[in-house]
Amino acid sequence: MNANQQPLLKIDDLRKSFGQANILKGIDMAVNKGEAVAIIGPSGSGKTTLLRCVNFLETYEEGSIRIDGQEVGYRDGGNRQRRGETDLARMRAETGMVFQSFNLFPHLTAAENVMLGLTKVRRKPKQEAREIAEHWLKRVGLDHRIDNLPSELSGGQQQRVGIARAVAMEPKILLLDEITSALDPELVNEVLDVVRQLAEEGMTMLMVTHEIAFARDASHRIVFMDDGKVAAEGPPKELMAQAGSNQRLDAFLSRFRTSHLH
Amino acid sequence: MGYHLNFNLIWRHFDKLWQGLVLSLELAVVSILIGAAIGLLLAVWYVSAGKVVRAAISAYVEFIRNVPLILLVYIVFYGIPTVVDFAYSPTASFIGTLSLYSGAYLVEVFRSGLEAVPRGQLDAGKAIGLTPWQRLLYVRLPTMTRITLPALSNTFISLFKDTSVASVIAVPELTYGAQWINFNTFRIVEVYIVTTIMYLVTGYGILFGLRQVERRFKVER
Repeated sequence: MNANQQPLLKIDDLRKSFGQANILKGIDMAVNKGEAVAIIGPSGSGKTTLLRCVNFLETYEEGSIRIDGQEVGYRDGGNRQRRGETDLARMRAETGMVFQSFNLFPHLTAAENVMLGLTKVRRKPKQEAREIAEHWLKRVGLDHRIDNLPSELSGGQQQRVGIARAVAMEPKILLLDEITSALDPELVNEVLDVVRQLAEEGMTMLMVTHEIAFARDASHRIVFMDDGKVAAEGPPKELMAQAGSNQRLDAFLSRFRTSHLH
Repeated sequence: MGYHLNFNLIWRHFDKLWQGLVLSLELAVVSILIGAAIGLLLAVWYVSAGKVVRAAISAYVEFIRNVPLILLVYIVFYGIPTVVDFAYSPTASFIGTLSLYSGAYLVEVFRSGLEAVPRGQLDAGKAIGLTPWQRLLYVRLPTMTRITLPALSNTFISLFKDTSVASVIAVPELTYGAQWINFNTFRIVEVYIVTTIMYLVTGYGILFGLRQVERRFKVER
């Protein structure tokens, strides 16, 4: 990675609280273009909140999040003035998000789910949007499900539509929020395979996951979050090696050693 | 039994009942359309508004819900033209009343429908970059419609029956037609048997039709 290249996503001293509860206690993080970064950590450590701050589904009070140098949610210049709704929408279109519970639009078919953002946000003609939708649905292996409603699809298929919907917008960065947590075990791999492929093709990704094996194999870097802070980070192998000297990380990983990693 | 059923006089004046039924349906349809427009507008306004607007909308809803329809009909038809120098036909006045009446009930229906749209869907709408209006139009309203369809059907059936109140200001709908025949033929039992059956069959027909529509639009949430 070029040393003087700006990171695509830069988070500085991010703080966030819900009422009295401090969820994020000063997060620093950077994601370079083409990099896939996995966030792991115990539940309640603030992973999902962090991810939701990156596209301003959650507001944050202190610190800053920048994508391509632009402040997320607030006007540039550091005076904490919230961007207008149109401006927020424009910026959110640059970050794709895939949700734990899929969140497909239930009244729209797979193709229409993908097309909505293309026609209404990207202002593409219907025909072109349809072609893009078909292209991405084929890429995620749903050639035969293009005109099905979400209720007619399995969880794994729904989630792949969710990925197609996010990626079709050609976002600068893709946010994945525990995208396999709601899936039956036998459906997890079909979704992870798609993500793995996207990572190999250079899609910039920030993913919260409980699949430690997947994080190890598919990401360039793993961030371990604990109690609202980044407790450890590094390339997968280095991070795993740190476990010996980091008690919290060791405790967290030991749960997976017995089950997932064998 | 001293009373002998004789339907002949009813059939002779059946056009009064038939035209009355058609008018009743027309009153219900027009009123629910206007009422739905009022209800939707106020519901959307309500969920995004501040305290003052919310209080005003709630006041309207509570007023309508706690005053008997027949009284509202009198207020609108006799009261308003007395205070402001203004007159309208009984039919127009009744459509106005029933629209305001159904509007108040539908505000509640639509409001709870809007609030029942899963948050995740709205997040997904935000995440692909839809503006608030686009989220309302393409995400919230379609799901809300499906959620509220059964309640809408029920409201419509109620409204259809409520059109009978229009007889008190001489709107020639079904009940008024029945009264007319009653006054002119004194076949009280026969005319109300026929009228009841007409309400029943029509109401049930509407219900059946609307349930088909609901089934067609039913979507898993």
